[in-house]
Amino acid sequence: MRPDDGRLSDEGLAPEGAGRVRLIACGALAHEILALKRANGWEYLDLQCLPANLHLRPEKIVEAVEAAVRAADGPVFVVYADCGTGGALERKCRELGVEMIEGPHCYSFFEGNAAFAAHADDEFTAFYLTDFLVRQFEAFVWRPMGLDRHPELRDMYFGHYTKLVYQAQTEDPALDAKAQDCAARLGLAYERRFTGYGDLSVRLAELRP
Amino acid sequence: MADDEEIILSELDDEELVLQMHDDLYDGMKDEIEEGVRILIERGWTPYDVLTRALVAGMTIVGNDFRDGILFVPEVLLAANAMKGGMVILKPMLVETGAPRMGKMVIGTVKGDIHDIGKNLVAMMMEGAGFEVVDLGINNAVEKYLEALETEKPDILGMSALLTTTMPYMKVVIDTLKEKGLRDDYIVLVGGAPLNEEFGRAIGADAYCRDAAVAVETAKVHVARRHNRMNA
Repeated sequence: MRPDDGRLSDEGLAPEGAGRVRLIACGALAHEILALKRANGWEYLDLQCLPANLHLRPEKIVEAVEAAVRAADGPVFVVYADCGTGGALERKCRELGVEMIEGPHCYSFFEGNAAFAAHADDEFTAFYLTDFLVRQFEAFVWRPMGLDRHPELRDMYFGHYTKLVYQAQTEDPALDAKAQDCAARLGLAYERRFTGYGDLSVRLAELRP
Repeated sequence: MADDEEIILSELDDEELVLQMHDDLYDGMKDEIEEGVRILIERGWTPYDVLTRALVAGMTIVGNDFRDGILFVPEVLLAANAMKGGMVILKPMLVETGAPRMGKMVIGTVKGDIHDIGKNLVAMMMEGAGFEVVDLGINNAVEKYLEALETEKPDILGMSALLTTTMPYMKVVIDTLKEKGLRDDYIVLVGGAPLNEEFGRAIGADAYCRDAAVAVETAKVHVARRHNRMNA
């Protein structure tokens, strides 16, 4: 069953208790991880998601991940990028003796960290959305930034951005149209870039026993 | 007083007006703040007193509630925008009336980073605290910082970054200052969401500043220490 985005944002997803490796992941990655698991028959993975809305207060991510890791039995793999923790999550994972996926953000490992880093110098005025963030644009961008109540804040947030890049994990014309609308609302040029699952797929495959 | 009853600012006494201005700042009411500033000036307040007692004190409440998770970024931005409205009126008067000068700061967001909300707040609160601020804006390469330090001769260099990928550039700037034998000429303060004290120490900054209020207090302490050293 496809988990509900609202619940993934606020509550996360409980593990099923089956599968050798516990994935402790951001709720924003649930659909993609489950799609990979289904497509590849990776029954060794047991997905647990923390609420995606932790991203609204990144300083809370480290303690939430630590609590989940400590509560888990058996091998754990953390599916969070650095996500604005300034290296703190990586340090904590090392301290806990668990591995995590590499990269500064999910939109980096979806594109492939090497490819993303290669254009960092030319694309630092881009604002990135993934499939999840397009679907949840109101909950993760528009409302938390207060743009629903105070559209005049747009320039303070986005005045230096030039384009919105939709890093698409799936081929979905409806999401493409919505991403285009998000760009228009932010007053940014629009670019769609199909990434698929990028390094996420590669890294999860490496966990195979 | 009922909440929906219109408050006539000019009818409030000084103390009430200042408290009302704190509330208006909290609510991001720019027009009311501008009006309050004009009223206090007309009543003979010095621009410095209006700045510190009405605006900075009000913004400090906003900053504390942001730190404590009561207010969030949109509210802080609206408050900052309101304070900015008041500052625009006061700035020329502050120059004319010779308000106390605490020191000078050059501040900018590092190369590859276009985020300036936190940096702008720091610049505004530093100005409010009596520092002269030269704002280099966003995406500053080391050459730009060096040029500004040479031209402006500040006491403080402030660097800001929001991205994990751009914050290491602060070390590039500090290392360049060291290579040129300039590091000890400046107090280096760093800030930005993904930074912490450990990072500040590791790159050789004088201090990491968690928020704008901390930046102001840290700047005051370091500038005083520096002056004491120079006068010793």
